[in-house]
Amino acid sequence: MNNKKIMAKKRIYLDYGATTPVDPRVIKAMIPFFNEKFGNTMSLHGFGQEAKLVLEKSREQVADLIKAKANEIIFTSSATESNNLVLKGIAFSNRKKGNHIIISPIEHPCIMETAKWLEKNGFEISRLSIDKYGLVDPKEVKKLIKKETILVSVMHANNEIGTIEPIKEIGAICKKQGVYFHTDATQTFGKIPIDVNEINADLLSASSHKFYGPKGVGCLFIREGVKITPLLHGGGHESGLRSATVNVAGIVGFAKAVELAKKEMKKESKQLAELRDKLIKGISGNIKDIQLNGHPEKRLPNNVNFSFSFVEGESLVIQLDLLGIAVSTGSACSSDKLLPSHVLSAIKLKPYQIHGSLRFTLGRWTKEADIDYVLKVLPNVVEKLREISPYKK
Amino acid sequence: MNNNKIYTKKVIEHFKNPHNLGKIKNPDGIGKVGNLICGDVMHIYIQVEKNKKGKEIIKNIKFETFGCVAALSTSSVITDLAKGKTLDKALQINKDDIVKILGGLPAIKLHCSVLAMDALSEAIYDYLAKNKREIPKELQKRHKKIKKDLEVIEKRYEGLLKKK
Repeated sequence: MNNKKIMAKKRIYLDYGATTPVDPRVIKAMIPFFNEKFGNTMSLHGFGQEAKLVLEKSREQVADLIKAKANEIIFTSSATESNNLVLKGIAFSNRKKGNHIIISPIEHPCIMETAKWLEKNGFEISRLSIDKYGLVDPKEVKKLIKKETILVSVMHANNEIGTIEPIKEIGAICKKQGVYFHTDATQTFGKIPIDVNEINADLLSASSHKFYGPKGVGCLFIREGVKITPLLHGGGHESGLRSATVNVAGIVGFAKAVELAKKEMKKESKQLAELRDKLIKGISGNIKDIQLNGHPEKRLPNNVNFSFSFVEGESLVIQLDLLGIAVSTGSACSSDKLLPSHVLSAIKLKPYQIHGSLRFTLGRWTKEADIDYVLKVLPNVVEKLREISPYKK
Repeated sequence: MNNNKIYTKKVIEHFKNPHNLGKIKNPDGIGKVGNLICGDVMHIYIQVEKNKKGKEIIKNIKFETFGCVAALSTSSVITDLAKGKTLDKALQINKDDIVKILGGLPAIKLHCSVLAMDALSEAIYDYLAKNKREIPKELQKRHKKIKKDLEVIEKRYEGLLKKK
């Protein structure tokens, strides 16, 4: 497709769950650290000290958002890296205790695939069951924990269907049983309040680009005393847990995004939830043969996920893109492996419902007029594709 | 062929305004291929008439497709290509002809062009079978293969879904 054409027309971004634009205030905070204050945090001279100082200040800011201590935060390149570090790092340093790990079946691929790899390498993985909303049952966690269990990993909120898991209950069970509890908070960090002590998390992953920070920066909260082996060995950065020259500019951006989130989270999540509900109500009231995926209440403030029967998701995405609306789908046709979304399969949607799934994720710059526009054009888009489909009624 | 996921302008044109869309009432032949589990389903309807030389041609052809952008655009192209052709000539339409007209398809979507070919040949098979006509060996083979492939795919996808 012609890029100029795309640029010229109306563009509404409703895929904030995939990534977000960097907030201009974040960019401004980052700029000096590319060429003015560019030092290596390991250097002894002034340039290095300047970088080291801002690194530690950023660490404090990030820790403060989730009520952690600064020395419990390490910076990584992504939530994918953080999650790999958790699973592999805990597995390898707690082998003496056991080889059993419990995860939910709707974790992000970076957990699912890492668990599969560990399974191939002699670890035992249990996958929890979920209900039709994607909710894990804490009682099942309790039932599955055994002597050999070293880690339970359940995401805070699901990236596709937006369901918020009962992690506080799960954390309490893990604490009582003496098992490490990890939560992947990539979709909630900076969006809804998190207190690592309240949820009894031993480990928590997050990513900067999901809440208006730059790409290529993530973090991992590791509670003091947790035994974990690094993935990256080398010069001993990040308390020896993540060697590699520190991405100072990126981390400064991450910390600035955290600072903004702290100030704006409450108001923003309320506004987003209102727009979300308007979108859900509008779709429900104007289009037939649809289903809301995910939990109706225990849901991210910015997530809307529907299945539209008789139409295929990739066609919906492209048709909406032609009208300037950017959304995503869990349809097999849109994935690189031509496999349907494991999340939508796990909540037992029928294949035709998975193929016709559409995710709208709202964010900082979503306006009510954007939602109005979607509600205006979407019924026709669905109708037109249903006309083409042999399954139309 | 291109290896990225981006569709050509031509693909998008056919997607936006598909040709020969819809159903034919009382068609002479119907070809139904694909399955809902893996995501693409195509129905092709044909109306057959004799031309001035007395040869049977595809007088009218329409399609209905449930599927991705590639599936819709290949459906549109194959109906264009088949319209007015003799049955023999229609059966010679190749997947490369379809891909060429579309200016290429992402590698992962090439199977959609095969699906379009299959739907057309199944419609012609249906027409010949219904009229108790002799079915060319090549077409018989193709029909069997399509049915068999469908079974294999359905089994494979069911297996994959179960595993999860």
